[in-house]
Amino acid sequence: MCGLCSVILNEHWAEQDGGRRARMFRVALLARVLGHFGLSLADWAGGVYVLRDRKGASAVVRDLGSVWSEAERLLGRPLDPLDGELVAWLGS
Amino acid sequence: MAGLVKTPVVLVTGFLGSGKTTLISRLLEHPGLGETAVIVNELGEIGIDHHLLRRVDERTVLLANGCVCCVLRGDLADELRDLLDRRDAKEVPPFTRVVVETTGVADPVPIVMTLLSDPVVRNHYELESVVATVDGVHGLNGPESVKQVAVADRLVLTKADIADPGTRAELETQLARLNPAAQVRAAAFGEVAPDWLFDGAVRDPRELALRLERDDGHRAHAHDVRSYVLFLDEVDWTAFGLWLTMLLHARGQDILRVKGLLNVGGAGPVLVNCVQHAVHPPLHLDAWPDEDERSRLVFIGRGFTAQGLEASLRAFDRAARS
Repeated sequence: MCGLCSVILNEHWAEQDGGRRARMFRVALLARVLGHFGLSLADWAGGVYVLRDRKGASAVVRDLGSVWSEAERLLGRPLDPLDGELVAWLGS
Repeated sequence: MAGLVKTPVVLVTGFLGSGKTTLISRLLEHPGLGETAVIVNELGEIGIDHHLLRRVDERTVLLANGCVCCVLRGDLADELRDLLDRRDAKEVPPFTRVVVETTGVADPVPIVMTLLSDPVVRNHYELESVVATVDGVHGLNGPESVKQVAVADRLVLTKADIADPGTRAELETQLARLNPAAQVRAAAFGEVAPDWLFDGAVRDPRELALRLERDDGHRAHAHDVRSYVLFLDEVDWTAFGLWLTMLLHARGQDILRVKGLLNVGGAGPVLVNCVQHAVHPPLHLDAWPDEDERSRLVFIGRGFTAQGLEASLRAFDRAARS
């Protein structure tokens, strides 16, 4: 739990706008980013995200603020949006 | 909570001896300021003579499982709640503003985090601006001083009466480079117009208009902290939200400040303002502050480049559009 997450803020700042459609768009984009690291992400009942790695391990994530720390926990390494390989992959 | 008028809070930070107390003392003398409560950590040598002065002992609370920078100021949250109770019970005058003075070496970020995240505090108070005093004679003093400047919305260059004009000009240039999103004013004996300090600078887009020029951070700044300004056209809001949360998660220790206006395709921009992990609720504005409708973002920190930030944000944006 930290200031990035909604546990103390009740609602994550980046998830305040839009409804179901906006959430689906966000899930698709998140899945694309995480796909670079071999993780999959799905929406579960419009309330939480479910993260899975290729070995079958999974994590239920409440909001955007927790996605990155849970993804790092599954991967066992830090994620960085400035990573050149990620940037090239997203731009391809 | 609709309709609830939040009490504005002004945070005054600045290194030891840089003139915080003098500034506050002079401000409190202005007749038009209104009833103001003042919360301090220490009673300075030049004591503030004020009937609504409260002193608190700094007590930080690390959130369970939180990262290192996710620290709250428990003492401040308690004091702000107590002031609310006492105001409601008419035990204190009906103050309309709170000024919080930090110690000279205090990290202002936990205070911002407290104001944004404590459930009671954030529903009754609203951060109006962060003001940093900088010693006009001795300049910046160590990494604490640099961080205080980075998170500020208004910078007051103090001791203008005794500062060497050349030194003052150099300092003004240094401060403008270090934090191009903040306005700088020189002051003698703490004399600064309250209107300039208390005008909701946290939500004011005007600083982000016209004055910004692209800066790729080639100029060295104090303690490796540099500022970078990015100009972009329309940015997908979802892509930006993902990107910024990932960036702050990965590099929140090194990204001291993000402030900017985003063109997300609407009539006006979205005002973004972050102090490390503390993210102000994004504000959708009705109109741009000038004719330039490009997105513009100021980043202050260390360990990254403007090119790296821009390439990454553009890649996220492209992914959202493909």
